[in-house]
Amino acid sequence: MRAYLSWLLIALLLVLAILAPIGQGNYITYVLTSWLVFSIAAMGLNLTLGYAGQISLAQASFMAIGAYTSALLTLAGWHWMAALVPALLLCFVVGLVLGYPALRVKGHFLAFVTLAFNTLVFLVLRNEDWLTGGNYGLSGMPRPDFGFVSTMKQHNFYYFTLAITVVAAAIMWWIVRSPWGRGFKALRENPIRAESLGVDTRRITLLAFAIGSTYGGLAGALISPLVQFIEPGSFAVGHSLRILLMVVVGGAGFFFGPFLGAGVVILLPELLRFTEGYYLIIYSALVIVMLVFTPRGLIGLWGMLRDRFFGKPQIRADVEQGPKLK
Amino acid sequence: MTAPILSIRNITKSFGGIKAVRGVSFDVHKGEILGLIGPNGSGKSTLFNCILGQLQPDEGSVEVKGVPVTGMRASKLNRLGVGRTFQQLSVFPQMTVLDNIIVAGQEHKGTLISRLFGPTDAGLTQAADQLIEFFRLTHLRDTPAGSLSYGQQKLVDAAMAFMAGPDLVLLDEPAGGVNLTMLAHLKERLVAYNAEHGTTFVVIEHNMEFVMSLCTRIVVLAEGAIIAEGSPDEIRANQTVIDAYLGG
Repeated sequence: MRAYLSWLLIALLLVLAILAPIGQGNYITYVLTSWLVFSIAAMGLNLTLGYAGQISLAQASFMAIGAYTSALLTLAGWHWMAALVPALLLCFVVGLVLGYPALRVKGHFLAFVTLAFNTLVFLVLRNEDWLTGGNYGLSGMPRPDFGFVSTMKQHNFYYFTLAITVVAAAIMWWIVRSPWGRGFKALRENPIRAESLGVDTRRITLLAFAIGSTYGGLAGALISPLVQFIEPGSFAVGHSLRILLMVVVGGAGFFFGPFLGAGVVILLPELLRFTEGYYLIIYSALVIVMLVFTPRGLIGLWGMLRDRFFGKPQIRADVEQGPKLK
Repeated sequence: MTAPILSIRNITKSFGGIKAVRGVSFDVHKGEILGLIGPNGSGKSTLFNCILGQLQPDEGSVEVKGVPVTGMRASKLNRLGVGRTFQQLSVFPQMTVLDNIIVAGQEHKGTLISRLFGPTDAGLTQAADQLIEFFRLTHLRDTPAGSLSYGQQKLVDAAMAFMAGPDLVLLDEPAGGVNLTMLAHLKERLVAYNAEHGTTFVVIEHNMEFVMSLCTRIVVLAEGAIIAEGSPDEIRANQTVIDAYLGG
């Protein structure tokens, strides 16, 4: 029954995502596409942080690697789909390399290592202007054309991004439900115990970084044709923090958390635009209130409401009978 | 006598100027339940950590089934057939009891890639259910392990150590903090498992009643060295052990 409801909910969300841009102008469709793109980036970070428990403040740098690789190749005449392959492979390999420090340092120290990596990528993009265009960035990247359908129109590109998001989400669903997913959770909850049970925590840590980074690269490869202009500032540390906010607000370690979190971070400021100069203050206040009252994110809020209104009183899981006061 | 399943030779480990373990050697044979006892600071846990690769001994060697394992990573040791439990609670609290048990066995099924493309439970649900039933935890199968009582988490911890079908299990203070009813249950399960599968146990424990009734042989450590070795009755009667640990 629960599985049936889950599938019904997924189908409903998919129908909503298909209907969302209908009748909307180019700007709203662009914002909705951004939501999908950042959902993919947040999905990747959710694997690294939420499932495997490895903090990373470098997701924007992988978006940059994906965006610049695909941009350079499409500008050189490659089809976007062909350019995607080396972009993702590069992110996977660099993610693997970034995972190595995670074998030595944990927590705040790992956060600083990844933060330094993001800064390093930003500086390379800004200073190596023979390749990246420096501060001027790269522009004019074509959107993919499949012959029978072109994604040049904003609505078409939205549906193209939606299709990629569905595929990326399905692969992530498969990964987190597989024994790998169980290994990631074991690493997050008790790495010493996991290692003692035969889980190769080194390999699983590297995989968490590499797969999470590949999702960042995919999001970057989509940002490039979406905006058709990229520059280093779009991938600075602040953007990594923004993706982290998406994961935390949505609910780290929950499959649908990144979609909700990206929705809040991308869509909420747009919805609050009518408040004009106050929108950032209201937005920040709402995020703070959200995090104080639902530290497990918006998905956690659902759990809290369910326990509050439908949960049966329970002291401990092994005590069948609830507490009784005479 | 058969070749030892665990062979410890001249293990020595110091921390700064303190010699925690001094040249300890002993063998453990298949099917034995060996107790490792001694006062606090006698070097039991240090020796355990040297056996399990968490500490690199200054001198000496450890062999499991004739394979040198000194300093070997815990995951490799586990794949060689060595399971362990921890002194502190050591389950995966947000995962269900079933998932805790499955994760304990999945790394022994196929390769990393085949596990990704294989069934989500690595084909282990039935085996996990049998183990859960063996430890009488069936009613808690789908409950997050972190919400169980202390004793029940100890049982889950023990069950995890057995999931991969190990030849040797090292139990670090399994009775610590467990109530008497649960303790009797745990002991009965360990004895039954030993009888059924011939699995060898090495048990560190302070609860003398538990050790004496569970173990077939006991090694006593004091100040990092072995002071006595023998059957429970011999250890109870040993004056050196009485003076150093058991008391009169």
